[in-house]
Amino acid sequence: MRPFDYQRIGAVEEIGAQASDRASFLAGGTNLVDLMKHEIETPEQLLDISRLDLARIEDGEDGSLQVGTLVTNTALASDARVRQRWPLLSAALLAGATAQLRNRATTGGNLLQRTRCYYFYDTARPCNKRNPGEGCGAFSGHNRIHAILGASEQCIATHPSDMAVAMVALDAGVRLRAPDGSERELPVEELHRLPGDEPQRDTVLAPGELITWVHLPAPPPGRQVYRKVRDRSSYAFALVSVGVILALKDGTVSSVRIAFGGVAHKPWRARKAEAALQGRPATEEAFLKAANAELADAKGYGGNDFKIPLARRTLVAVLRDAAGKTGEARA
Amino acid sequence: MMNPAAIGQPFDRVDGPLKVSGAATYAAEHPLDHQPLVGWIVEATIPAGRIKALETSAAEASAGVVAVLTHRNSPSQVPFGEPDDEGRFTQSRAMLGSDHIRYHGFPVALVIADTLANARHAAGLVEVTCEPADAVTAAGEEADEKPDELDGGLEADITRGDFEQAYSSAEVTLDVTYSTPNQAAAAMEPHATMAVYDGNELWVYTSVQLIGPAVQVLANTLKLNPDRIRVLSPYIGGGFGSKLGLHNEAILACLGAMYLERPVKVVQHRRQVFHNAPHRGNSVQRIRLGASRDGKLQAISHESFMPTARGYAFAEPSGAPARTTYRTDALVSRHRVKTVDMSLIDSCRAPGHAIGSLAFESAIDEMAYRCGQDPVEFRLANMPEKDPGSGKPFSSHDLAECLREGAARFGWGKRQPQGEVRGRQLVGYGVASTIRMNILVKSKTRIRLSADGTLTAWANMTDIGTGTYTILTQVAADLLGLPAERIEIELGDSAYPASCGSGGSFGAGSSGSALRDACLRLREKLVEIARKQESLKDADFDGALFEGGKLVLGSKQVSLTELVRQGGPDYLEADGKVAPGEDRGKYSQHSYGAQFAEVHVDRDTGEVRVQRLLGVFSAGRILNRKTARSQLLGGMVWGVSYALLEELMLDERYGAFMNRDFAEYHLAVNRDIPEVEIHFREQPDMRSNPLGSKGIGELSISGAGAAVANAVYHATGVRVRDFPITLDKLLEQLP
Repeated sequence: MRPFDYQRIGAVEEIGAQASDRASFLAGGTNLVDLMKHEIETPEQLLDISRLDLARIEDGEDGSLQVGTLVTNTALASDARVRQRWPLLSAALLAGATAQLRNRATTGGNLLQRTRCYYFYDTARPCNKRNPGEGCGAFSGHNRIHAILGASEQCIATHPSDMAVAMVALDAGVRLRAPDGSERELPVEELHRLPGDEPQRDTVLAPGELITWVHLPAPPPGRQVYRKVRDRSSYAFALVSVGVILALKDGTVSSVRIAFGGVAHKPWRARKAEAALQGRPATEEAFLKAANAELADAKGYGGNDFKIPLARRTLVAVLRDAAGKTGEARA
Repeated sequence: MMNPAAIGQPFDRVDGPLKVSGAATYAAEHPLDHQPLVGWIVEATIPAGRIKALETSAAEASAGVVAVLTHRNSPSQVPFGEPDDEGRFTQSRAMLGSDHIRYHGFPVALVIADTLANARHAAGLVEVTCEPADAVTAAGEEADEKPDELDGGLEADITRGDFEQAYSSAEVTLDVTYSTPNQAAAAMEPHATMAVYDGNELWVYTSVQLIGPAVQVLANTLKLNPDRIRVLSPYIGGGFGSKLGLHNEAILACLGAMYLERPVKVVQHRRQVFHNAPHRGNSVQRIRLGASRDGKLQAISHESFMPTARGYAFAEPSGAPARTTYRTDALVSRHRVKTVDMSLIDSCRAPGHAIGSLAFESAIDEMAYRCGQDPVEFRLANMPEKDPGSGKPFSSHDLAECLREGAARFGWGKRQPQGEVRGRQLVGYGVASTIRMNILVKSKTRIRLSADGTLTAWANMTDIGTGTYTILTQVAADLLGLPAERIEIELGDSAYPASCGSGGSFGAGSSGSALRDACLRLREKLVEIARKQESLKDADFDGALFEGGKLVLGSKQVSLTELVRQGGPDYLEADGKVAPGEDRGKYSQHSYGAQFAEVHVDRDTGEVRVQRLLGVFSAGRILNRKTARSQLLGGMVWGVSYALLEELMLDERYGAFMNRDFAEYHLAVNRDIPEVEIHFREQPDMRSNPLGSKGIGELSISGAGAAVANAVYHATGVRVRDFPITLDKLLEQLP
């Protein structure tokens, strides 16, 4: 770990010019501290925001919910309102990490966790995300857990969050505060970016910008189902995960939202699949067509080729569950 | 009244409270008068070559750094691997001895500082420039070197009968190739050592399974007289073979302590353990079987191809199960290795049988289906009369009964031959035979009964989490009729009598038998003292019993403390020992088991989840039904892990395992393991050792994985021959 300065922040207003690209915000620390020990992250300054008054969940307008950035994953997953009206989010949170980590990890930190790519973690190996221009070890190496959608030759890493997948499906937004005190809002879907030729940038956050709140709009109608497919039944990142909110009217899809996890550099909103389903009869055939529409551009890199059929099969299965076709809903 | 600590009782671990309260001091936790310095290993990042330049000044100038040890300044050592005529656990393990890089992760420097954080940070400031050499990092079917011998002294090749003839004339044949990946021992406690050197004596607090060889390897590496070396390893957080010998951090800690004459502690970081401690090499196993149409095996061939680490002679006998489990007219078993520039390859729990059974018991299952027979019936129809490999009679044989009892308990009769579909789940049942050789190793112990009634036993035996402290307490309690609270078992110190150490499932039987011998000798001494007592002149010495701290002679009795006072006066001592007897050469000795699994496979995603596991085991006399059960349970969990999860991802370009942490090296987690049923068929085998016990530590891992794999086949109709069976290998073939 590189030596660093540490400053505890008492109120958001105290954050000014010291928040820069050489500083990192510290909240739960479940990912950042690990990365600092490996000297993958080497901030010169840590701004400890863990004491800020942002660990609250508040009712918002029009049936929405405001989630403070410091709300822990456990608190968010177990909030009665979330469990009742946004069960997709609760299920996604509980599918992530372990109870110990969820007790510590925060909402903002979960959104900003970094990839689990083996080559990103091994500082002796080339990684464009860690060291731009160095090359990508995963491209012709082990890439079983890597992206099939939206990757670039520079980077085929995935975003590891489950929570973010649910948030993208639920049209959640983030409120951001810049060091000069100005604020802006952004859909979570636009927070993360594809790697392109700047894979070192996971998000569109400007230097020193802080996520202060997550906005959950009133849930759309329909059944919410989250399914995470992984090698072991706990403490494994998703090979593929799918979040679906599906409403039917007379056997026809009246409203549908779909997001994938584990397939791209960002939580992947499956708008092509949604468009293919909207207004169509909820049949196995339509589900398959929708999945194929989304995955038409999917590309494997050897070790992760299987994710393309896996994503297709999992989406079909989740849609089937959400449509009540099997009588066996699964969280 | 039955002694609650009698042999066989499910007596609670005597060291349990110490462990759960943190009072048991593991190697890195041993309290010293002064805080030790902390060393951090700088690893090579190429698989082979030389150090061209090493820039240490920035590290040396970094906060808290006391020294940076490299091949340029480290104390003089014997070159790696010498002397030639010793075994791998006592040959020099020189570290920082030259500019030669042996493998990826090989230590090129040790940064020693006041704190872990300072040492680790400074390690990042050491600049190493290497000159890479050509390296071989992967091994497969092309392996063509014949090893001198296999682990356990087995022959590399054996031939019985005319295989080619038997195979070519068989009505049903099978020719399949299985593979298993590189695997890590993944002990909970990372390899850790604290070394203290005063210019004369070297004290080494470490985590090692075999104490005697640890002293010798230090002497042979560091050019010290063994009398000046003391090795202490009272508590070990799992070893599974990866701590049989002393490993890199131990040598480095000693070099640091000798260089500075100050205590130095080196704990391997979890990521370092994957290359700085040994692993199990990958295997390719070609299996050919021939049988008559009615399912009698006539020809068995097993050919094994594995890596061996350059300069470190170890070859795993993955053909072992094929040599002993089933009858056959002809048998061929061959082992070939390929030298690789990789970190050390060595024993991992049940070397040979663990991965051999994965492949062989899967192939046997394939043959059962090919012959149109029930997998249990097929196995039962091929039980051997004598050991097919050695031709020797078995000291006892209980595999058939394990299979029968297991099938009945599991409800094998309810199995649908074609598998079952429940909703989106495919349901399958699997079975595998389990067999693991039984070994007795020379062991000594010393006991002392004090006038206050306390019995102390000493041996340089280790307890690697298996329950040795507990079962030895029980042996002494049982033989001398003492309550467990009066018994102190002292282990893990090279100053104590030489014992077998922990490994090869031989620990309990060997160290327990030596202790039993000591107790019998002490009993003789006590009886002799009693005979001289006037008051016991007419007592019934023929029916002498040791019970409740007393010597009971019919209607008369005398307390053991009284006898000690008369004979001691402070204490009485006795030495005990055991060594392999004639029966070892005459009989083929094994423990047995039959394992059953039910799995569900998701039709959509291919996810395999184990629903039930059941094992019936026959391992002689069980010394403690609780710790024995725990051993078997652990092996079954590991079997699930081998079947479905574990794989070190080797990147051949770098000779590096890429998933060097427990987030990405997938072991089974609690949620992956269903209810597990374990049953014992208790049949003391007095040819095994004087206690009648047999090895259990490596028994259940030798078959559990194959039972799961066979259940996956039954559920899906897909036979995955490349372990682990991850969902990608099933997905596109699911019905």
